[in-house]
Amino acid sequence: MVLEDLFSVVKTRFNGDQKDEEKKKTDIPKDLMFKCPRCSNVAFMDDFVAIGKICPNCGYHARLSAAERLEVTADKGSFKEFDGGMISKNPIGFDGYPEKQEALRAKTGLKDAVITGEATIHGEKLVLGIMDSNYMMASMGSVVGEKITRAFEYATENKLPIVIFTCSGGARMQEGTISLMQMAKTCAAAQKHSQSGGLYITVMTDPTTGGVTASFASVGDIIIAEPKVLIGFAGRRVIEGTIKQRLPDDFQSAEFLLEHGFADMIVERRRLRRTIAHLIRLHKTDSRETGNGGTHL
Amino acid sequence: MNDLTASERLDLIRNKNRPTVRDYIPLLFDDFFELHGDRLYGDDGAVIGGIGYFKGMPVTVIATVKGRNLEENKASNFGMPHPEGYRKALRLAKQAEKFQRPVICLVDTSGAFCGIEAEQRGQGEAIARNLMEFSSLKTPIITVILGEGGSGGALALAVCDELAMLENALYSVISPRGCASILWKDASREKEACNVLKITAEDLTGFGICDHIIEEAVGGAQNGPEQTAENISEYICEALERKMKKSLDELLNERYTKFRKIGEFSEI
Ligand SMILES: [Zn+2]
Repeated sequence: MVLEDLFSVVKTRFNGDQKDEEKKKTDIPKDLMFKCPRCSNVAFMDDFVAIGKICPNCGYHARLSAAERLEVTADKGSFKEFDGGMISKNPIGFDGYPEKQEALRAKTGLKDAVITGEATIHGEKLVLGIMDSNYMMASMGSVVGEKITRAFEYATENKLPIVIFTCSGGARMQEGTISLMQMAKTCAAAQKHSQSGGLYITVMTDPTTGGVTASFASVGDIIIAEPKVLIGFAGRRVIEGTIKQRLPDDFQSAEFLLEHGFADMIVERRRLRRTIAHLIRLHKTDSRETGNGGTHL
Repeated sequence: MNDLTASERLDLIRNKNRPTVRDYIPLLFDDFFELHGDRLYGDDGAVIGGIGYFKGMPVTVIATVKGRNLEENKASNFGMPHPEGYRKALRLAKQAEKFQRPVICLVDTSGAFCGIEAEQRGQGEAIARNLMEFSSLKTPIITVILGEGGSGGALALAVCDELAMLENALYSVISPRGCASILWKDASREKEACNVLKITAEDLTGFGICDHIIEEAVGGAQNGPEQTAENISEYICEALERKMKKSLDELLNERYTKFRKIGEFSEI
């Protein structure tokens, strides 16, 4: 598959966001220009989208929706979604939570902050999880926890590798301590998958923080990060509040993570598909016999 | 029955006279030997770990510890662990597995420490690793929340076979302060937030998160540390009795299911 094709899809989808005339008028600078959150460089939106939503100045890989990510990741038409109709309840009776969810469902077309399913990448079968920061900052409540857990269990049962594209603001406050428990639940499922010999690859995207960093995102056999993205446990402002000084710009970046030994590699978006397929092949028992794991990509 | 609101309980568990882990350990265990260090970076004063006898049985004890005064609090970083604290906990848990000792975790922390060094040394990874490894640790694990159960920082010692809470303890996904500043952009409204979050022992029993509520001395643990310790001791004894007679498979399956079933959703 040619990358230009992949990103033209993204581009169409992205431009399709400009829904009505009114929005166009009031949001002209925002819609036409991209301001990089890492280096503050301003670029034309068209240029930024054409190269796959990457900052032309510093190489920061901006956020993709789950649909955009799926489009540039899985083989065309290969994705079979799991649990597409799962929605959360309001277990602690949190004021305004159901309304907020309804509005987001209408706006994003998602039911919650993650999609999971089975797919192929360069023909390699895998279980795929993709989080979407457009949905409550991809916070983890019951639905995210349950879908991720089921994805691990499916991968374990079917002896498949699992790849999860993480991004999250953390555990979902609106579901209280039940959200906290999802951290334990997903990690326990990851452990069973690991103990069965399964391969788990994490791809950390912007931003991966809080309770997701402190759970399934950090326990992959192989941890990949996109360049320059934000990855950390505590929020930047929380830390700045504690230490009473401004943190350096590269704090909690993918590069920071690599330097401190918490990521295996930083991989540019356009190389991710190939990298993931290579890694899956390297872990196949039959490739040990034939020894031609990655030669025919 | 305890009719205090969550915010009244928050006052109670932050009271400087509330007994700490250092008060409880000698009341609960005999011949306690503290063991130090994570063998990777250092020794975290916010997590105390060691071995001792519980009613004649060797056990491993792992606890987050708050100080009783400023000096103790400086040494224990106000009970907020760094990654090396969680890694020390994991080292001792693995040791307990090797020597087939049950693990007793005692939790009282406002949360994992948030700072530059904590990030550099992988706070997220340290917590995540504990969640993963404790889920399959081949020995019984009993966790008691004594006071504050602050988010992932508490959960890292609370992947267990049974979770009990002292009657005034709270266990939350976010600090009430943090919740207030998100909800109303005003951290000082933490008391209101506290009551919104449904974080009391009774609330969490309803959600299937807390398995047992341990009574404190009348008016709160500060009025009777010995009485409260006795109640904790009695609970641990019963819980261990329940868990020790299970086969390893049964124990691990039930631990998996304990967390597996938590979550509220519908499928359309
Ligand atoms: Zn940039």
